[in-house]
Amino acid sequence: MDSLLVHVEGLGWWSPGVADWNAAAPLLRDDAAFPFDANARPAASVLPSNERRRAPEAVLIACDVAAQACAMAARDPASLPCVFVSAHGDLPTTDSLCATLAADPLQVSPTKFHNSVHNAPAGYWTVATHCHAASSAVSGWHTSLAAGLFEAAVQAHADATPVLFAAYDIAAIGPFIGTVAAPSAFGAALVLTAERSARTCVSLRLRHAPTLPDSAARADAAPRREPLLATHALFAALARAKDGEVHLPSGASSTLIIEVCA
Amino acid sequence: MPSRIAPLAITAYTATSALGRGRADHAEALRLARGGLRSNTFTSTPLVCAIGRVDGLETAALPRAFAAYDCRNNRLAWLGLETDGFGEAARAAIERYGADRVALVVGTSTGSIGATEEAYLGLEDGRFAPPFRNPFLHTPHSLGLFLEAALGTRGPCLTIATACSSSAKVFAQGERLIRLGLVDAAILAGVDSLCGSVLFGFNALELVAPEPCRPFDAARRGISIGEAAGFALLERVGAAETPQLLGYGESSDAYHMSTPHPQGLGARLALADTFARAGLAPRDVDYINLHGTATIKNDEVEAAVVADLFPSTTRASSTKGHTGHTLGAAGILEAVLTLLAMRDDCVPGTLNGATPDPACGPQIAFANEERAIGVALSHSFGFGGNNCTLAFGHGAAH
Repeated sequence: MDSLLVHVEGLGWWSPGVADWNAAAPLLRDDAAFPFDANARPAASVLPSNERRRAPEAVLIACDVAAQACAMAARDPASLPCVFVSAHGDLPTTDSLCATLAADPLQVSPTKFHNSVHNAPAGYWTVATHCHAASSAVSGWHTSLAAGLFEAAVQAHADATPVLFAAYDIAAIGPFIGTVAAPSAFGAALVLTAERSARTCVSLRLRHAPTLPDSAARADAAPRREPLLATHALFAALARAKDGEVHLPSGASSTLIIEVCA
Repeated sequence: MPSRIAPLAITAYTATSALGRGRADHAEALRLARGGLRSNTFTSTPLVCAIGRVDGLETAALPRAFAAYDCRNNRLAWLGLETDGFGEAARAAIERYGADRVALVVGTSTGSIGATEEAYLGLEDGRFAPPFRNPFLHTPHSLGLFLEAALGTRGPCLTIATACSSSAKVFAQGERLIRLGLVDAAILAGVDSLCGSVLFGFNALELVAPEPCRPFDAARRGISIGEAAGFALLERVGAAETPQLLGYGESSDAYHMSTPHPQGLGARLALADTFARAGLAPRDVDYINLHGTATIKNDEVEAAVVADLFPSTTRASSTKGHTGHTLGAAGILEAVLTLLAMRDDCVPGTLNGATPDPACGPQIAFANEERAIGVALSHSFGFGGNNCTLAFGHGAAH
C-alpha cells in the first residue's frame, strides 16, 4: 500500500477572531479575509473551569478545536485515540521557563514545567474527556501538519478506529519573534475514520512522494512551510469539499499529496 | 482489543548513555551491576543531585555540513548514531529499500531546548544573539530534522514528544507504518540531553533525589536525571537470532498531568493491548524492564501492578539506577538494555536499593540473576499520563 484513504466526520477551527468551524468554513470556502481579534480566547468549555483558568493558551486552543471536531462527528472523545501536532510547541511557556532559568533557576514554577511538555494538550484533553485510548503529541517543524495528519491516518487504519487529529501553534513572543515563523495562534482539528460512514463529509487520499527539484508539488508546497498557511490550505480544500489536490511539505525532500474526494 | 500482529525484526540497535558508548559498554555495566550516576556538575547554579552524563559532548561539534543543527542534543544523537555500526546499517537499509521506503521516527522530550536556554543567557536587547537566530534550534522537531539531514531518508519523518514515553512509542509508530505497507523499514531513535529545564523543573516538582536514585527502595527520594541516545532499525525479517518486536500497547491515564493513576489503570490497559498484539499472557513473560523512576508514586503504583498481574517467575527490575531517568530517550535506551539482557541471559538487578518497598512483590530483582529470557517487556510511563509498553522476543533460530 502506498496511499491511505481516510474519511472526515468532524472538523474544528479556532483562530483569534474566528471562534469555530461554522465561522471559519464560509471564509475558507470563499477565500475571504479572516477577522482578527488579538484579545480573543477560545472557549475550551470541554475543560473544567479550574483547569481552564490555569491552562496555557496552547492547551485551550488544542482542546477547543478537538472538542468541536468530536461534537460534529458525534463521537465520544473518551474512546478516540488522539494525535496532537504542533510545529513549535507552547512558545509562551518555553519563553517563561527559559527566562526564569536565565534569571534564577531555583524559581522555576512546577506548573510552568509540567505545562512545558509537548504533550500538555494531550494530557489535559485525556484527563478532561476521561480518554484512556492512546494519545500522541508530535512535531515535524514546517512539515508538522503533513506529519501529524499522516500519523493520524496510519493509526485509523492500523487499528480500524476513528482517530482525533488536532493541529495548533501559538504566536511567537519575545526573542522567538523573527527566528520562529509563527505570526499568529491557530488550531484546527479533524475526526478521521478508515471506513466511510453516514457522517463522512469529505474524504482524503494521502500519499508521500519524493519532491523533485522542478516538480509542481514542490512549487505548490513551498509556500506552505509556515504551519498556519499549510493548515489554511488544507482546511480551505475541506471547506470547499470539491475534488482536488493539496500538496504539503512532509520532509526535507518529500511532499504529502492529499487528494480531496468530495 | 487490538488484533495480533506479526513480529518485526530489530536488525540493528545501539545505545549511548552514562554507562558508555555502545552495546559492549552497556552489557558490561549490566553484568557488573555498575552504575553510571555521579554528582551534578552540569548546572552552574548548584543543585545537589546525581546525574547520568555522557562525557565529551562539549567538544564533539557536529561535522561542518550539519553545523546548523549543532547543539548538545544533536551532538548526542550523532555520537549515538555512529556507534555499533548503526549509521551504516541504517544507510544500507536506505540503499536497499530506497530512501522513500524508509521512515524516520524519533522520540524526545526536551530535544534541543538546551540551546534555547543558552540563547536566553545572552539576549541582546531582548533578541537572540545572531548564532541563535536559527529556527532549527528552537523546534521540538530539531532532532528529526538533524537525523533526516544526516541519513537522507525521504519517507515519513516525525518527532514524537510525549515526555517519558516518547521513544517507546516510536516502536509502535514504526510497526504500524511497516504493517500497512507504507514503508519497508523504520529507523527509530530516542535522544534526550541534560538541560536546565528538566533538572530545575523536576526539582520544582520535588521529584529529584539528592543522592543517586534508589528505584523500589522503601526510602527512595526521587529520580536522577540522565541523558542518552538510542537507535533501532525495524524491518519485516532479519537473520536468525535477530531479536523481535512482538507487540506494544499505548494508553492514557486520564488522571493527572504529573501523577500516575493510583491503581495504574493506564499501565494495565497498555499491558493488555501489548499482550493482545503479541499473542501472549503474563505467565509467558520472563523479564520486565520497569519504568521504575524511583519517585514515591511511580514505584508504588508500578510495583503493585506487577505484583497483581505477573507470576513470581517473572523477573522485573529498573535500570534507572544505572543510567538515571533519560526521559524522552528512556523508552529506547531501556529497550536496548532489555535486548542485551535477553541476549546475555542476564536479569539486571535494581541498583542502590537496600530495603524493598512493601509494595514490591517477589518479581522485583534487586541483584543480578543469570537466567534465560525468552520474552521480555519494557515499561514507559510519562507526564500527562502517557503510557507505552513493549514486548520483545527472540528470532526463530534462538
